[in-house]
Amino acid sequence: MKRTLLATIFFLVLLVIWSVIVQAKIWSPILLPSPQSVGEYLLGAARDGTLLQATGVTVRRLVVGYLIGIAIGLPLGLLTSAWKFVEDTIGVLALGLQTLPSVCWIPLALLWFGQTESAMLFVVVMGTVWSVVIATDTGVRNIPPIFARAARTMGSSGLHKWTKVILPASLPYLVSGMKQGWAFAWRSLMAAEIYVTILTGFGLGHLLHYGRELHAMDQVIGVMLVIVLIGLLTDKILFAPIERFLHQRWGTGLR
Amino acid sequence: MSLQEELIGPPPAKLIVENVSKWFRTTRQTVHALDNVSLNIGEGEFVCLVGPSGCGKSTLLDIISGLETPDEGVVMADNEPVLNPGRHRLVMFQESALFPWLDVTGNVMFGLKLKPGLTNKERLEIAKFFIQLVGLEKFSAAHVHELSGGMKQRVALARALAPNPRVLLMDEPFAALDALTREQLYSDIQRIWQKRRKTIVFVTHNVREAVCLADCVILFSRNPGRIREQFDIRLPRPRDINSVELAEHSGEITRALKGHSAGEVSDS
Repeated sequence: MKRTLLATIFFLVLLVIWSVIVQAKIWSPILLPSPQSVGEYLLGAARDGTLLQATGVTVRRLVVGYLIGIAIGLPLGLLTSAWKFVEDTIGVLALGLQTLPSVCWIPLALLWFGQTESAMLFVVVMGTVWSVVIATDTGVRNIPPIFARAARTMGSSGLHKWTKVILPASLPYLVSGMKQGWAFAWRSLMAAEIYVTILTGFGLGHLLHYGRELHAMDQVIGVMLVIVLIGLLTDKILFAPIERFLHQRWGTGLR
Repeated sequence: MSLQEELIGPPPAKLIVENVSKWFRTTRQTVHALDNVSLNIGEGEFVCLVGPSGCGKSTLLDIISGLETPDEGVVMADNEPVLNPGRHRLVMFQESALFPWLDVTGNVMFGLKLKPGLTNKERLEIAKFFIQLVGLEKFSAAHVHELSGGMKQRVALARALAPNPRVLLMDEPFAALDALTREQLYSDIQRIWQKRRKTIVFVTHNVREAVCLADCVILFSRNPGRIREQFDIRLPRPRDINSVELAEHSGEITRALKGHSAGEVSDS
């Protein structure tokens, strides 16, 4: 309760500071709109449905791209950790491509797929998959060898070893890898939405982009707030319970 | 096999180690871990391997378990050569090696689930029986990190006993525990061993511990790892680690151990 109160006060103070700076008229209101005008934009956009629709479009792209990224990345990561040959080929490829900012995929995606949903999806998948591969690979390699030895003596091998020992043992790493993958997917999608103009769906990135074109700073800041909020919510709703479960089981993260 | 038979278990196995040698090669050096080691361990016998660190006693245990293969020689368990790990020879490690993603019951069930011919209900009953045997029935749903070091090793013991192996291999299982917990476990393990006879090979560098537990103490020397001497311990059970007779035996073995170490120095 006390924590919630302190956090609330913190954010209220931020708002007050923002208001005070606007009141002081250091910058033109076109560059720094007041919290009220951003609030009014958000309220208006929420009422006429643009915000909800854009959020829906964006989240759908995000979830689909992310899931595809995990579905490809997780098995690939397991393979790179298990076989030297895959490590030397796919592993090196993943390491290289992971360092490539996902924005760099956009020109290629545009030429290959045109201004379509596929281009968007491609960028998100490419942004997600390599970091998931690396995280999975790291996770499996960090399993204490004693677990594998103990499992072997009890007769665990092959598929049983992978599903009952290696996967659960690397779970803490897999979850942080998935979290990282989520962040990468989110970033890639925003880059894609800002740079790829398409007619099949108007996402948050587009709203942000057109806010700039129209010099509507209240819209730019409003949409940014929504993006931050979605990031926070997924962390609290999706990942926090999993991490809590892991901390309980492993006895980690205690204060 | 009925549940009752399952709880009584198959007879313990006889182990024969024949001329086993093992080298560990790295790019920088080659370590001669075991040199022509031969050993006969009878059915249901409790044998302790003792020696300075690096004498190859843990390596021998790994070879008996099947986790390592010998470069020369062979290990026979009941006249069958040991080629792979198998659930007739279960291992208790120095660290408990319990799985943190499972609770206590889940850990004890792990090996049982890999054992064919049992229903899940029977498996659960067996797991309960062994958790009770090591005195942890109150903690059957606890997570691994909630247990103390001694409790973890008890769970590891229950996990190793539950699938009813014929041989139990123990690699310094109590080395990381405090003295009081260790003493409790010495009496526990003697009690359990008398109830459920297994062939046990126990590695330790603690001579007193070896004398307290073993029928036969085998002394190793290092560089290369060889068997130096064998001591039969004919003290009545249950033994108390603090008793005078026990101290006499361990004194004798400790002197032998020191003598070999000194010899080793003058040899080189």
